[in-house]
Amino acid sequence: MKTLFAAVAIAFGLMGGSAIAQGCASDTICGTIEDFSVKPLPYAVPRFIAETAGADQVANDITSVIAGNLNNTGLFREVPAEAHLSRRDSFGAPVQFANWTPINVQALITGAVSTGADGRITVKFRLWDTFNGRELGQGQQFTGSAAGWRRMAHKVADQVYSRLTGESGYFDSRVVFVSESGPKNARRKQITVMDQDGANVRNLTGAGSIVLAPRFSPDANSVIYTSYETGRPQVYLLDATSGQRRNLGGGSAVSFSPRFSPDGRKIVMSLGDGSNTDIFTLDLASGQQSRLTNTPAIETSPSYSPDGSQVVFESDRGGSQQLYVMPASGGQAKRISFGEGRYATPVWSPRGDLVAFTKMVGGRFHIGVMRLDGSQERLLTASFLDEGPTWAPNGRVLMFFRETSGASGAPALYSVDITGRNLRRVPTPSFASDPSWSGLLP
Amino acid sequence: MTRSKYMIAGLALLAAGCSGGAGDDGLFGSDRDLDAAGSGTTGISSANLDPTTVAYFNQVIGDRVFFEVDQSNLTPGAMAVLDQQVAWLMQNSSAPVLIEGHADEQGTREYNIALSARRAAAVRNYMVTKGLSDSRLSTIPYGKERPIEICSEERCWSQNRRAVTVVTGAAGV
Repeated sequence: MKTLFAAVAIAFGLMGGSAIAQGCASDTICGTIEDFSVKPLPYAVPRFIAETAGADQVANDITSVIAGNLNNTGLFREVPAEAHLSRRDSFGAPVQFANWTPINVQALITGAVSTGADGRITVKFRLWDTFNGRELGQGQQFTGSAAGWRRMAHKVADQVYSRLTGESGYFDSRVVFVSESGPKNARRKQITVMDQDGANVRNLTGAGSIVLAPRFSPDANSVIYTSYETGRPQVYLLDATSGQRRNLGGGSAVSFSPRFSPDGRKIVMSLGDGSNTDIFTLDLASGQQSRLTNTPAIETSPSYSPDGSQVVFESDRGGSQQLYVMPASGGQAKRISFGEGRYATPVWSPRGDLVAFTKMVGGRFHIGVMRLDGSQERLLTASFLDEGPTWAPNGRVLMFFRETSGASGAPALYSVDITGRNLRRVPTPSFASDPSWSGLLP
Repeated sequence: MTRSKYMIAGLALLAAGCSGGAGDDGLFGSDRDLDAAGSGTTGISSANLDPTTVAYFNQVIGDRVFFEVDQSNLTPGAMAVLDQQVAWLMQNSSAPVLIEGHADEQGTREYNIALSARRAAAVRNYMVTKGLSDSRLSTIPYGKERPIEICSEERCWSQNRRAVTVVTGAAGV
């Protein structure tokens, strides 16, 4: 049986130590993401100690991945090892806060890695508030297979992020996207999955057909996407556990733009009759199709609210592409976008508070966010072509693709905070478009 | 090969057709009429093409029509080309006909699939009103996935906002 993802069971538990409740308190270094995005928090993560012979390399690697995650957020500024005044040689040694405050390290991560006779790896860490001389939260450890070392590093980084910001992390997650190669007029496309930081890249399809806009199931064990393999666009579900694929188009001339419902039981997508495009749901268990819209307009890019009760989508029923919200069973839709230009590809935030979208105005493309009543619109990016935002699991970061112009123009993945700060290119081995972020992995 | 040349050739043919009508020289006039219009002088010599071939359909009549930005209604020029396509298809072929809809890169991917479906449907509906059997026609919306011109300027975008009539399975393809 072929599976999409290596199974990595990670056990974790709290270690002894202080019983201070996790989370921010007023007399600690904790702050909001907004605080840190303006003034990044200085921190240090001395190389995790290898507690068993042969664990040096993986201890190094895990430390690097933790630092890479934290540094990429733009919220934390690493004080590099060269500046450290002391070297830690055991996990249990007391932290000498006076060695860290002079170099302005405010948060200190200490950790250790050991490998068992069965090849399994155990990672443990503690987080310290050096200026207040106290531990933040409790020590924690993760145990898993050697192959899962990166995920264990991500889980440590998620804990650190969460304890410092009071928000859940997003590092132990994946992104499914379209890899592109070849010339602009004959692009070859493949569905590809990778870790959120660009590691562990794997192609899920060959490059024989046009494929578009893959999206994860809520449990990140399946992917739905659109393929032209029959000659016309059709939605497929690729099941990771069985390796099987299903055509979900239900006999429609064309089907595209699918997304899962939050409970994973339904798909909402666009079906076309060869001329007109409307939005339908498909119940995966029963195969029953339900129509949500019935107008001569183009209605596409539907996305569920986190509670599954509503759907945000785009329609040109008013004359140009705009964003609308309707009940998840269909019915009266309410327009929410009223600014200048065209609005497309709405995606409901996992926190429920915002919708991210693509906006086209004045010959430029933007990624933006607005509240669900259409207020407080903010544009976060601008370029020749920015398109297709997807939310990080914590609703604080968006990934999207940016395509450059001209005959040699090509797409690449980028991320940006919802503050509009910290625009970054996400590394991929080839051209890349249509990213979709999973939820936090279990 | 430029497509605008085909458009010019198509319009010249239309004029020839109006004045000369169908006769011994073929449905739309003789090959000499084409030369007189100044087309077919570069690349493939369309002057020598047999008017019953798909190559003639593709290159002389023109296998595609173009659309305005974010529009799917047929322009008068597009209708003129489609009139000739329909006449040729009724006269020379019973092969299935596939209409590909396309959009330029100045739009979002999913919307452009739907927009290009509208464009292909506009061509299909027009052909049916002109007498082609609907059962012979099918459409595929390609959105912005298959541009033919790759610059990021209007001169390329205008060529990419198109519907292409593909005569399948016929001799001479």
